[in-house]
Amino acid sequence: MRNILIIWRKELKVYFVSPIAYHLLAFTAVVFGFFFTVATAIFVSRGMQAMQMRSAMPMDVNEWIIRPLLMNISVIGLFVTPMIAMRLFSEEKFSGTIELLLTSPVRDLEIIVGKWLGALTLYAALLGASALNLGLLFLYGQPDWKPILVGYLGLLLQGGCLLAIGAFISTTTRNQIVAALITFDLCLLLWVFDWVSSYEAAGWARVMSYVSVLTHFEPFSKGVLDSKDVIYYLSMIFLGLFLTSRSLESLRWRA
Amino acid sequence: MIKVEGLSKRYGRTLAVDNISFEVQKGQIVGFLGPNGAGKTTTMRVLTCFLPPTAGSAQVAGFDVVKEPLEVKKRVGYLPENPPLYPELDVAGYLAFVGKLKGIRKAELGARIDEACERCAITDVRKTLIGKLSKGYRQRVGLAQAIIHNPDVLVLDEPTSGLDPKQIIETRTLIKKLAGEHTIILSTHILPAVEQVCEQVIVINKGKLVTIDSLENLMQRMRGAETVALQIEGRDGALDAAQAQRRLEQVPGVSRVVLKESADRHAAFEIQSLPGRTIRTELARAVLEAGWHLDELRPAARNLEEVFLELTRTDKETGSGGDK
Repeated sequence: MRNILIIWRKELKVYFVSPIAYHLLAFTAVVFGFFFTVATAIFVSRGMQAMQMRSAMPMDVNEWIIRPLLMNISVIGLFVTPMIAMRLFSEEKFSGTIELLLTSPVRDLEIIVGKWLGALTLYAALLGASALNLGLLFLYGQPDWKPILVGYLGLLLQGGCLLAIGAFISTTTRNQIVAALITFDLCLLLWVFDWVSSYEAAGWARVMSYVSVLTHFEPFSKGVLDSKDVIYYLSMIFLGLFLTSRSLESLRWRA
Repeated sequence: MIKVEGLSKRYGRTLAVDNISFEVQKGQIVGFLGPNGAGKTTTMRVLTCFLPPTAGSAQVAGFDVVKEPLEVKKRVGYLPENPPLYPELDVAGYLAFVGKLKGIRKAELGARIDEACERCAITDVRKTLIGKLSKGYRQRVGLAQAIIHNPDVLVLDEPTSGLDPKQIIETRTLIKKLAGEHTIILSTHILPAVEQVCEQVIVINKGKLVTIDSLENLMQRMRGAETVALQIEGRDGALDAAQAQRRLEQVPGVSRVVLKESADRHAAFEIQSLPGRTIRTELARAVLEAGWHLDELRPAARNLEEVFLELTRTDKETGSGGDK
């Protein structure tokens, strides 16, 4: 546990003394700020129209603003996770510091979990930046906070799952760009696999749809906390970290 | 302190290390000598638990590298060929990270960092980002990293590679200072480094152990008979080098005279004695009797370089060299 914390702190330090963390925070703040502005503006103009037409259509902030925005953050997550995860092991392999880690009295698993938690913490900070926008809604309205909380839990789980996959990819190459590209490819595929379910209901389509992160995030965005989705994410995280540990061990055997 | 038995390491089809056995006693400085690709780094990586051996076993401080890697790692300080540094961190922050990783308790950490900085003469750059340091400083930070937890065994892979002559001397002095408390095993293909620092030499070539001996014995063994370098000058006018050679060959105890160089008035010879004879006094007398000036007369001790070349060459001739 102590070793995990040591690695975790070092990871965060490296993120925050390099431009990576600041760039990602700025990127998220700007992009999400834009989404937020657009979503609220649309909501307001719809509201004006409804008033002019004297229709009694219910306007729900959670349904109209927050849910689409949560889906948006989930998409932003696809772009930022490769950028966060790419350096996890590639950088250490490239600079040779992996030799320091692997010859120190720590277990492989402690290294992996520490690094993954470091990446997840940065990702959580990005989510925090987006949550500031949503906080504004509470100043001017009364959105229901529970679905938001569930939505963010889903985002965190999705991030954890993609970061675990990214960590694994990062162990396979010394080149950070390659790691980022492959991780992005996988993230994107895991995202769009769900589309087959819209025209096909055969067994293979159901499997593809099940594998997709989108399938499992949607309920979270609606504020629905379903154990089967949580289990999906947790098992994906476990799989990613397990592959990472196997890959790290194979470094020793293949060198 | 270190005990290696029948160690082999295979990468795919190449046999990088082939059945090596050796032992290192506590407090010794051992030079690991061999040309590039001889298997030095591989052996060191096995000793530091970075790589598992394909066959054979290795024990460090009484613990097996395969069965109890965590115990071994606690007792080993390792400086890989490229110092494992994080350019984003400052020196003190980096050493704090490594120290904690090596299991130093928080209360002790500050003192340990101070000590390591002082011993490696990097106190003046404690607050500098590692990325901004010169090569020499980086190497020393790497060394500080290796000694921070006061390990029983230090494994240094090419600690002087890429440094300028002044830095090489500084690093060498530093390593000598570290000896005694630590058992040090250092690899190099630069021979003077071994000559000046190590007590014991392990020569490997193409993955095989060529020889293991104390430096003194090794030099002695190769020396056998005495070899003397002699330079003379004719007293008036020209000197007949061939005639001088014949004259020198008649000196008692001389087995062979080789003319190395001759200008019009000077001649330089390399003279070998019969085994077990000293010939310098006789030679000096002969020179004076012949009426020449004696410019230079010194024992031409063969340096490690020649010893090394000879050792690795014999290995090739007997046909036992490495991979097929």
